[in-house]
Amino acid sequence: MRKFIVRRLLQLIPLLIGVSLISFFVMHLAPGDPTALFTDPNIEPAELARIRANWGLDKPIIVQYFYWLGNALRGNFGNSYTTGQPVINEVLQRLPATLLLMITSYILTLFITIPLGVISAIKKGKLFDNVVTVLSFAGMATPSFWLGLMLMLLFAVNLDWLPAVGMYDPLLRDQGLGARILDVVKHMILPLATMTILSLAGITRYQRASMLEVLNQDYIRTARAKGLPEKIVIYKHALRNSLIPIVTILGLSLPGLFGGAFIIETIFAWPGMGRLGVMAIFQRNYPLIMGIVVFSAVLIMLGNLLADLGYALVDPRIRYAKK
Amino acid sequence: MVLLGFVLVAIFAPVIAPYDPEEIVESETLPPSMKHLFGTDDLGRDIFSRAVYGARISLTVGLVAVSISILIGTLFGAIAGYYGGLTDGFIMRFVDVMLSFPSIFLILAIQAMLTPNIYNVMIVIGITSWMGVARLVRGEYLKIRELQYVEAAKAIGCSDLRIIFRHMLPNAQAPIIVAATLGMASAILVESALSFLGMGVQPPMPSWGNMLMDAQAYMRDAPWMAIIPGLLILVTVLSLYFVGEGLREALNPRRENA
Repeated sequence: MRKFIVRRLLQLIPLLIGVSLISFFVMHLAPGDPTALFTDPNIEPAELARIRANWGLDKPIIVQYFYWLGNALRGNFGNSYTTGQPVINEVLQRLPATLLLMITSYILTLFITIPLGVISAIKKGKLFDNVVTVLSFAGMATPSFWLGLMLMLLFAVNLDWLPAVGMYDPLLRDQGLGARILDVVKHMILPLATMTILSLAGITRYQRASMLEVLNQDYIRTARAKGLPEKIVIYKHALRNSLIPIVTILGLSLPGLFGGAFIIETIFAWPGMGRLGVMAIFQRNYPLIMGIVVFSAVLIMLGNLLADLGYALVDPRIRYAKK
Repeated sequence: MVLLGFVLVAIFAPVIAPYDPEEIVESETLPPSMKHLFGTDDLGRDIFSRAVYGARISLTVGLVAVSISILIGTLFGAIAGYYGGLTDGFIMRFVDVMLSFPSIFLILAIQAMLTPNIYNVMIVIGITSWMGVARLVRGEYLKIRELQYVEAAKAIGCSDLRIIFRHMLPNAQAPIIVAATLGMASAILVESALSFLGMGVQPPMPSWGNMLMDAQAYMRDAPWMAIIPGLLILVTVLSLYFVGEGLREALNPRRENA
């Protein structure tokens, strides 16, 4: 098992280099110059040249890339053009807010989607199944930002139950810890609901399909023929095998979840990495964009690795074959 | 059926739309009425006309983007699957790299560097969404490669290119068509998200996404500005999903015995 993990971790290195290479060249081959956005248009040419040299923009792209890579390997991702802060600090500062949102949504999704998919498969063709099917198709077809806007319209604008944007209420800064946590939870509900509803739809479909497939297999018929109660057949025999493909899907859905986070954070002004990233793109803040791309790529790859490990956990065949 | 309706609306947009989508015809933010079916927007433009033209743009962007992604995906997938070995390894690692990006971020980054206009939107969505197709086609080719007719074609001296495109491609068609339908659905979603963030189709040209962007500031006073374009996207994408699922069932020989 340990060998497997180490090998997988080593495989991440070329992937990461590829990711950073592509994003670096995409950004730097583009026409235009980031200095134009941050400096006075009437600046002295000598002064401009000094700033460009300071940011390393005067060297050939290849040199710039290796310079960046060398620094990145030592944990230095450069400084943000706008704030002058090290990129790594900016990202780490925003990361908890994003992770809070993503992990909670992930857990919620799991707890809702698996029972939904299973029940839907057991009751195939009945009313419950049809309702779930229609709703999950609708969920897949809904643009994330539109769902976010609609929830905001209903719960924040019309009903005024929940705050529309942000993560904290600045007025509550001096209140006790309990009040502040409650405040964050209140701010979290809408973005969390948006994110969860959207990832629910697809995964419920997969869970249903995989459960149906398992239920058609011989060993389930055997279990039923033995006279086992239906509950044991389903929850003990069928459920476990039906989870195997879902683990993969959960890993594969990570990039999508990240993409969703970029948009959802922007709408709800959630102070996370996604919103930072969208801002960095608008500002052409190269070092910050690079930092965020690499960070999210690492998180996505680690997520996939976890999914593979989870795979081995639910499927003994893989576990034993790997030994 | 619904989809067909949308396509017809898109084609005959100038006939159907009662007003010019970019012209200010009435006072601002009127609620829906008989004169303006979907109301008017913040500048006093007729939302129904804008939605009709928006259908044209959203569907075109979806169609062109998905064609690009199918083209690239099929090409890479076919080459990887047919030759195998080192070529396959190299192409598939490239696919892995592309899949490790949060795609919307990559799209946004490229869009920000280019001038955001409708052609760039199509190209950028196309070149960032071909990976799934490549994997799919590769899988098909790996299976087909072992079949006897491929061997026969090789024996009579057909060139590799001829075998890949003339002989094998028709047999890998079914999953590609399904992927294209579903891909168009997601391309439309991506386009709307991009335009919503102001990085896609640029105003005054209407697209469902940038209509939503305009609506954001008037949520309280003119909610219909936000509700209508979103519903249109939802219905279009939903019908593409249903068509895709239908095609999948119709084209899948395994389903018949199941």
